[in-house]
Amino acid sequence: MQKSETSPGDLTATEVLDTYFLEARARLIELAATLDRIDRAAGSQAVQSDARLKFIQDSLRILQRPQPGRAKAVQELYSLK
Amino acid sequence: MFFIDPHIHMVSRTTADYEMLALSGVVAVSEPAFWAGFDRSPAGFVDYFRQLTEFEPRRAAQFGIQHYSWICLNPKEAQDLGKAREVLAEIPKFLSCPSVLGIGEIGLNKNTPNEAKVFQQHVQIAIDAASQGPSGAKHALILIHTPHLEDKLKGTRMILEMLRDFGSAIDPARVLIDHVEEHTIELVKDAGYWAGMTIYPISKATPARAVDMIEMYGPQRLCVNAAADWGISDPLNTHRTMLEAQRRGHRLPELLQVFHNNPAEFFGQNSKFAVKPIKVQPLS
Repeated sequence: MQKSETSPGDLTATEVLDTYFLEARARLIELAATLDRIDRAAGSQAVQSDARLKFIQDSLRILQRPQPGRAKAVQELYSLK
Repeated sequence: MFFIDPHIHMVSRTTADYEMLALSGVVAVSEPAFWAGFDRSPAGFVDYFRQLTEFEPRRAAQFGIQHYSWICLNPKEAQDLGKAREVLAEIPKFLSCPSVLGIGEIGLNKNTPNEAKVFQQHVQIAIDAASQGPSGAKHALILIHTPHLEDKLKGTRMILEMLRDFGSAIDPARVLIDHVEEHTIELVKDAGYWAGMTIYPISKATPARAVDMIEMYGPQRLCVNAAADWGISDPLNTHRTMLEAQRRGHRLPELLQVFHNNPAEFFGQNSKFAVKPIKVQPLS
């Protein structure tokens, strides 16, 4: 591999966006639907303090960071210390 | 479990897929006319309509599956009004074929004025093909494609508005508006139309989201399909949706309603459709 370690192959940023945008969109909708599903279910109030829900909310905040390393940060967030 | 697949493009699938569908409980399929991946000539459409009405029913019958179809010029090729005129002139004679259920899948693709014009012309053909029933004349059944992704909301609103403009000539109970998602299902059901949900990778619904919508908006006037075609798609996504519903505790009568009886009820408004709604009950 002669490419830079941080470059996704030969793709430009626009090409990466072209390639993965719809997949990312689909996953965001799926996540939104999952959160809605939890809210609709019996006992939804009781799980609001569940650590897994907090993990999702914290992960969403990490996604909004302007710099790379988000996937690693989300993985670390969910790792046993 | 018995299934009717309300929307599948078998011309793009292998004969092995027919066998797989039969093995997985599919007793009938409904195949709307669609885009072949390239734009065809008017003569190409006539051949395609013959494939839908002559060849596919025979191929399906080898596996005990009843094959029904819908005839139209798909919205993606409706931009060329000259071609549309030629293709639309061929439609009425195919409507009388023994396995053709109605006009479809008409609709919009990029919501252009030409697409809208051809959509309205198709609706008029359905009205002109009205047959006399016990309660008066009924227009041909209509199956409608709604646009993809960012065009869907605007396109669905345009379609509903155009249908409304036909006034009492259109009976919402004889129209199914397909590919609804979270932001369009309520518009369609509230207006009295049947709705179709499509389980298709990336661009449409998933099994879990489809079951969410069944739960939130009710199973009435709602069908589920995989719209399997020449793209990356899977005819068994309908079945995966049934499994997701089952996993959440939905019972057999409700599953039968959504995956068999709802399509049987909608399609059964055309007397050519021979599969009747069913129910299960213990022997004793």
